[in-house]
Amino acid sequence: MIDARGLSCPQPVIMVADALKSAEAEYTVVVDAVTPKENVTRFAESKGYSVSCEEKDGEFTLTLKK
Amino acid sequence: MTAKKDKIAIIIAGIVIGIIAAALAYFGNPKNMGFCIACFLRDTSGALGLHRAAPVQYIRPEIIGIVLGACGCAIAKKEFSPKGGSSPMTRFVLAFSAMVGCLMFLGCPFRMILRLAGGDLNALIGFVGFAVGICAGIVFLKKGFTLKRTYKLPLAEGFALPVIEIGIFVLLLAAPAFIFFSEEGAGPGAMHASIWLSLIAGVIVGGLAQRTRLCMVGGIRDTILFKETRLLLGFVAILVAALITNLVLGSISGTPFFNLGFDGQPVAYNDGLWNFLGLFLVGFACCLLGGCPLRQLVMSGEGNTDSAVVVVGLMVGAAFCHNFGLASSGEGPTANGKIAVIICIIIVAIIGCVNTLRKAE
Repeated sequence: MIDARGLSCPQPVIMVADALKSAEAEYTVVVDAVTPKENVTRFAESKGYSVSCEEKDGEFTLTLKK
Repeated sequence: MTAKKDKIAIIIAGIVIGIIAAALAYFGNPKNMGFCIACFLRDTSGALGLHRAAPVQYIRPEIIGIVLGACGCAIAKKEFSPKGGSSPMTRFVLAFSAMVGCLMFLGCPFRMILRLAGGDLNALIGFVGFAVGICAGIVFLKKGFTLKRTYKLPLAEGFALPVIEIGIFVLLLAAPAFIFFSEEGAGPGAMHASIWLSLIAGVIVGGLAQRTRLCMVGGIRDTILFKETRLLLGFVAILVAALITNLVLGSISGTPFFNLGFDGQPVAYNDGLWNFLGLFLVGFACCLLGGCPLRQLVMSGEGNTDSAVVVVGLMVGAAFCHNFGLASSGEGPTANGKIAVIICIIIVAIIGCVNTLRKAE
């Protein structure tokens, strides 16, 4: 799981970009603001992942699947 | 599809913001300044008496409007979220340094675009410095630079800066004797559109910037880091819209708002090295801060108190720049200003190193 809670952009996207280098089929990313949620989603989709999102208490759990 | 919609949204927002910025100069703001965040925070600092440079003292309603517009939009969209605690003092120092760079160049990254749209080629050299500065910041980001995470804070904490902005607006309306206003003809501080027009313009810009996450630093940064051009499109849209508006307003009013060249540009000088280094410092510091001065204002409206600290750092920085003779003028940079820019570049580099190495621990 990539925990990017509390981090401001572009750090969450950099963390995801680094993680995607391992080319696994699925990743879980947790963020706690809308901007990193949008940015991570946009980035993952540009890399060919489909992204689903669950929100709970202001935290977003993003599941990236290829 | 969503990505395409996002891009169209930011282009439209950029066009509206570009038109508003150029139109504000027509309605009385200084030329090529529309609403420069650095200049207007500096003017506000002066009006509050934090510095005594008589030509640049006025409470700028645009700044107040941007914070309140962003705040209103964030609340409406349930995105208002009080948080902070991500190295606030380091952010203060970075913001202070960024302002030293802004007042060396005579403008924030937003005014850099407006100066380009007015034909000021000195801003093109500034742009190169800005981009190189962002690249310097990216080197640290890629090596793991972090100011650590933020934490949730009480609601009142998030509203502190927006409420202070309302208080400053009341001071503008009431104009008590202890608030300083540049006298007619004294300089840029005396040039302004009407209060309510400026406020409404700020509210619209703040709202649009909040919705689209518009950021001058982010545009170049994301393009280099991720080949993500969305924010850059907003940047380009502002440039094109302001350029066209300048040409149209010039032909309507008979006063040129576009004047291509290096010399005789409004509130600018033509020393390439210091235009370059000024915006290099701004790009470097703002890249580590995670956003340009406009974006910091918007995030402070969203309840981000780290950004509120950055806004305070920018205002204090502006006051020091004028008190210590660091700020440039149309005549050119000052010796003190040159020394300050070099010192601040070193300080920002040290902050970059310290907060990159720490992660490797």
